[in-house]
Amino acid sequence: MAFIEVNGQQIEVDEDGFLLNPDTWSEDVARYFAKEEGIDELTEDHWKVIKYLRDYFFQFGIAPMVRKLCKDTGFSLKGIYELFPTGPAKGACKLAGLPKPTGCV
Amino acid sequence: MTEAKKTPLLDELEKGPWPSFVKEIKRAAANSPSAQDLLGQLELSYVDKKAHWKHGGLVGVMGYGGGVIGRYSDVPEQFPNVEMFHTIRLNQPSGWYYTTKALRQVCDVWEKYGSGLTNLHGSTGDLVLLGTQTDKLQTIFDEVSNFEEHPFDLGGSGSNLRTPSCCAGPARCEFSMIDTLDLCHDLTNEFQDYLHRPMWPYKCKIKISGCPNDCVASIARSDISIQGTWRDDIKIDQEAVRQYVAEGFDIEGLVISKCPTKCMSWDGNELTIDNANCTRCMHCINKMCKALRPGDDRGATILIGGKAPILQGAMMGWVIIPFMKLEPPYEELKEFLEKVWEWWDENGKTRERVGELILRLGMRNFLRAVDLEPVPQMVLAPRANPFFFWWPEEVVQD
Repeated sequence: MAFIEVNGQQIEVDEDGFLLNPDTWSEDVARYFAKEEGIDELTEDHWKVIKYLRDYFFQFGIAPMVRKLCKDTGFSLKGIYELFPTGPAKGACKLAGLPKPTGCV
Repeated sequence: MTEAKKTPLLDELEKGPWPSFVKEIKRAAANSPSAQDLLGQLELSYVDKKAHWKHGGLVGVMGYGGGVIGRYSDVPEQFPNVEMFHTIRLNQPSGWYYTTKALRQVCDVWEKYGSGLTNLHGSTGDLVLLGTQTDKLQTIFDEVSNFEEHPFDLGGSGSNLRTPSCCAGPARCEFSMIDTLDLCHDLTNEFQDYLHRPMWPYKCKIKISGCPNDCVASIARSDISIQGTWRDDIKIDQEAVRQYVAEGFDIEGLVISKCPTKCMSWDGNELTIDNANCTRCMHCINKMCKALRPGDDRGATILIGGKAPILQGAMMGWVIIPFMKLEPPYEELKEFLEKVWEWWDENGKTRERVGELILRLGMRNFLRAVDLEPVPQMVLAPRANPFFFWWPEEVVQD
């Protein structure tokens, strides 16, 4: 398995760069991933989405559906893609340290 | 280049008359280390009788949420050149008509950055490029989407509108009641956003057939099936019918007696069709295509709900709009589709196909949401049980 190094710590990730364990997440991990997903700087709007995803995941054990994400954060899907160019799954969920979305992708 | 590994089991599949995929991969392997390793891994799978790809994979290009299917080998130390083996879906032209120029351009890019292996085509219709690495994806996309002539966009994957496809249509079929090619192209363009950016509970597919022969199997393999039909009389060329019979064609045995509604008769000189009782199954037209033609008042039947078994069992589409005129810019159809998607997106559970949602919430809720009146054509038979729900406003209080 691959590792990334953030603040001198080794953190385990899968082939697609997703955290294997959501508890190893930190804000610096999100900043580290941001560069890979085409984001220069994490703004307040980015953090709002990231925090929402983490809260939802720890409450319900899954990532929210896209419509739920948009409704609850107030961002349109277009707005989400402006924040996270690789989309809510590959972009936002990865930055939030959630497990990799699966299924017929 | 690593030395070719031995593949005794696969070599068996070079024998026999059918074109051999093993020969194809070996040909590609001459210039492609990943095609070489693919053969090796496949041979291992034949020995072990199991797949050697890891679960899942999530890769893509900037701005899109789908179009690329990530794949990783679970034996990368043995086959390093297929450690990453991602698939790219390119949106095919309507009806799979190509110029050699269009295909050569794709091949040039794919030889440079990919395995050289393709699938023409994926079952949904896309031109599939089989096997490349993560760091090549954006380059491939940038190149194919910037061809000066015949550029390609990605197709769909994930919980979104998948690449629509259509039959060969009026380009070379006299049965086609609608311009399947134009409609497919138009819908693909109109709904680009839904196609590239997954936003729905699950996937949704559209397929378009020019007539009920349904040469793209839309009724079985698409959530929204659009099939050309007509609503006036079948056109009969009696002279051509007599010609068929004169040449020894068994019109009674092959046509009249096979008609599912028994609405035809042949008196030895004239063919008669009771069009009011014809269900437009196409059989007589298929059998005597020189003598019979679909009518002139043409449009399409829209069916909904087709899907594979997971989760609630396999379904074929069922009629939701018996007849709709379909001419550019197809406003009525687009409005209908938007209403379906809005209702499904609002009510659907995670990974619930639209057909399953209709089963769960009932036709009455669906019909109300999309502003349609129930009509007898929507059912094969009325319900056999009495557990009927009334809308509260329908119940008269004494």
